[in-house]
Amino acid sequence: MKEIILIKNGELALKGLNRSTFEDVLIKNIRRRIKPLGDFEFRKEQSTISVIPKDSGTDMDEISDVISRVFGIACFSCALQVEKDMEVILKEAPEYLAEQLRAAKTFKVEGKRSDKKFPLTSPQLSAEVGGAVLESFPHLRVDVHNPEIVITIEIRDKFAFIRGNQTKGAGGMPVGTGGKAAVLISGGIDSPVAAYMMSKRGLALTAVHFASPPYTSPQSEMKVHKLLKQVARYSGNITLFTVGFTEIQEQIRDNCPEDIFTLVMRRFMMRIARQIAVREDCKALITGESLGQVASQTLPALSCTDAVADMPVFRPLIGLDKDEIIKISRKIETFDISIEPYEDCCTVFTPKHPKTKPQLSFIEEAEKALDIDALVERAVENTRVNVIGF
Amino acid sequence: MSVYLDNSATTKPCEKAVKKAVEMMSEKFGNPSSQHFCGLAAKEELERARGILAKVLSCKEHEVYFTSGGTAANNTAIMGTARTKRRVGKKLVTTLLEHPSVLKHYEMLSESGFETVYLKPDRNGKISLSELAAAVDESTVLVSVMAVNNEVGSIQDISKIKQIIKDKNSPAYFHCDAVQAFGKIDLKPHKLGIDLMSMSAHKIHGVKGAGALFVSDKIRLLPSIAGGGQENGLVSGTEAVPAICAFAAAAEDIGNIAENYNRVRAVRNGFVQKLSELDGVRINSAEDALPYIVNISVSGVPSQVMLNSLSATGIYVSAGSACSKGHRSEVLTAMGVAPSDIDSAVRISLSKHTTEKDMDLLYNGIRDTALRVRRK
Repeated sequence: MKEIILIKNGELALKGLNRSTFEDVLIKNIRRRIKPLGDFEFRKEQSTISVIPKDSGTDMDEISDVISRVFGIACFSCALQVEKDMEVILKEAPEYLAEQLRAAKTFKVEGKRSDKKFPLTSPQLSAEVGGAVLESFPHLRVDVHNPEIVITIEIRDKFAFIRGNQTKGAGGMPVGTGGKAAVLISGGIDSPVAAYMMSKRGLALTAVHFASPPYTSPQSEMKVHKLLKQVARYSGNITLFTVGFTEIQEQIRDNCPEDIFTLVMRRFMMRIARQIAVREDCKALITGESLGQVASQTLPALSCTDAVADMPVFRPLIGLDKDEIIKISRKIETFDISIEPYEDCCTVFTPKHPKTKPQLSFIEEAEKALDIDALVERAVENTRVNVIGF
Repeated sequence: MSVYLDNSATTKPCEKAVKKAVEMMSEKFGNPSSQHFCGLAAKEELERARGILAKVLSCKEHEVYFTSGGTAANNTAIMGTARTKRRVGKKLVTTLLEHPSVLKHYEMLSESGFETVYLKPDRNGKISLSELAAAVDESTVLVSVMAVNNEVGSIQDISKIKQIIKDKNSPAYFHCDAVQAFGKIDLKPHKLGIDLMSMSAHKIHGVKGAGALFVSDKIRLLPSIAGGGQENGLVSGTEAVPAICAFAAAAEDIGNIAENYNRVRAVRNGFVQKLSELDGVRINSAEDALPYIVNISVSGVPSQVMLNSLSATGIYVSAGSACSKGHRSEVLTAMGVAPSDIDSAVRISLSKHTTEKDMDLLYNGIRDTALRVRRK
């Protein structure tokens, strides 16, 4: 008899022949994430993955907490694995779920029998366990339509499993099944949310941050590390490239019209991020832009930045309002870090009246004052690498 | 090589202080309240430290209470007075120049029914004694005025405050936050009519974690921290013996206050003179401020950018006061400094060890940063 975790994968069940590969990635991801918490055995059967701790002292709450942030899981629950013996099941079910049952008013039992040789049918199984629960908790009432607690008893090949309500998983697709992309991360509210959202769709993450000392502080880089650490709780390890951006910003300030400053800067960011992405085998860029939020995020402005990207640019927040973005940032616990008051490079030399309807030809003309290739090359060279772990 | 010019935030511990702290941690580590020889050895050192502080302050040993630092000393003085005098009167007087550890306690007391009066500094960062006299009355139970302000270094004329309180027939205690002043100007609390005086070890080349409150034995003060009854019941909690003994070692090592002062003033004046030749530099500290603290604004260069730029070359200064990150300085506002100048305010704080060469390096750093950042 031991406690295990049963995991139902989400959309994976729909993926036909790829399913097994996807499941393997999911198991690999779970394994890597809970490795610091102990030794585990994994079992794959039907659409369920069982995580079985090898030693008895394992903290199941801690594991559940970690698993709740692994993408590709629809729902999961802790379960008690017992012998396929009715006497044991009737004794253990009320005891194992005592805490939940004591706090509830209604319940029902769902018996499931995949081992058809088991002497009781599913309805008989449900009725017997229901009776035992009512005997231990006379305050409870059976409600088959809208129960607070659903007790599931599954009779499988080797063991029987007892579990209560399931916990909703993080959803999405296992990280890595969609490939890898590079997220441009600033330290604000939006970019960590964008990173989280694309990781949810199965992308592994690399991050690119632009630092402009002395205009930006070492604290703002530490802030980015803290933000990525939060995101990494969902996405797994993130390799962060911190690009020295001062020279480019000063060059733009000295040589370009003020009202297109931000846009020229964004285009440099895209060029640099693209180079790093290619080198790191990333197939797309991710940004936290939301249409119309600021001057550099209008449709004409985005066209100008996309013109130098040369690969897909994912903007998962494009249709979200600020309050919707904040809601997600609170959920993934990046909001309180994002609002720490350190300057980032986007706020250095901000023009008073930026152009909202820039013309690409005008921008390109203005950029001729700069030695773009050399600047980009120097910036890419002047990059520090950190791996941000979960 | 680095140039450390943030001595109002903290100082580098002197060798004697470090040695003493290590000795206390490795050899005399007992709890001074323990009844065995190991405890007694620590107790002996603790009392020796108290004796040294008393000598420096020209007061009696039982008037020196060790705390965990300046903030704890201010807390003990203010909250203790409020408790002791709550039936005598409900009025408190302080200044807008005070450190947050004073102002926040005044705010807390104001929320619990005390009437609080905040005196505004003038353009030189000084409060007016006539305004102080007008604010104090028979229901005033506490007057807190700091000796030297931490952001601009303005020195208050504290020697006359006790007389004003007496003239007004007020039962108020006079509390002086001397965290920035201690060891830099001559401070004998009895001579100055101070009832309560706060000090901190790590501002005078001691180690962090110790401070002291002078409590005149002419007044009664109830504790605001309860527990094992250490420090004569006023400051419960096992004494941080290593930090306290290091504090005493640092206090013994201050040297000649007047000589230090004159040397630092010469270094400071030379720097200010040079700086005034640069365009767009404003010296926010007054001419007669403590020479250890110089507050300046370099127009067009935000404080944080100046700080980052200097920091990158190993020169360490502070943006306004280290305790108020992200807020526009109340003190500079009260002194009538324009918001744009406040946003570029930098506090340079010297120590007795600061040399002309240090200040030359700082000058070069400021000049180069201004040139680079202001371009266009």
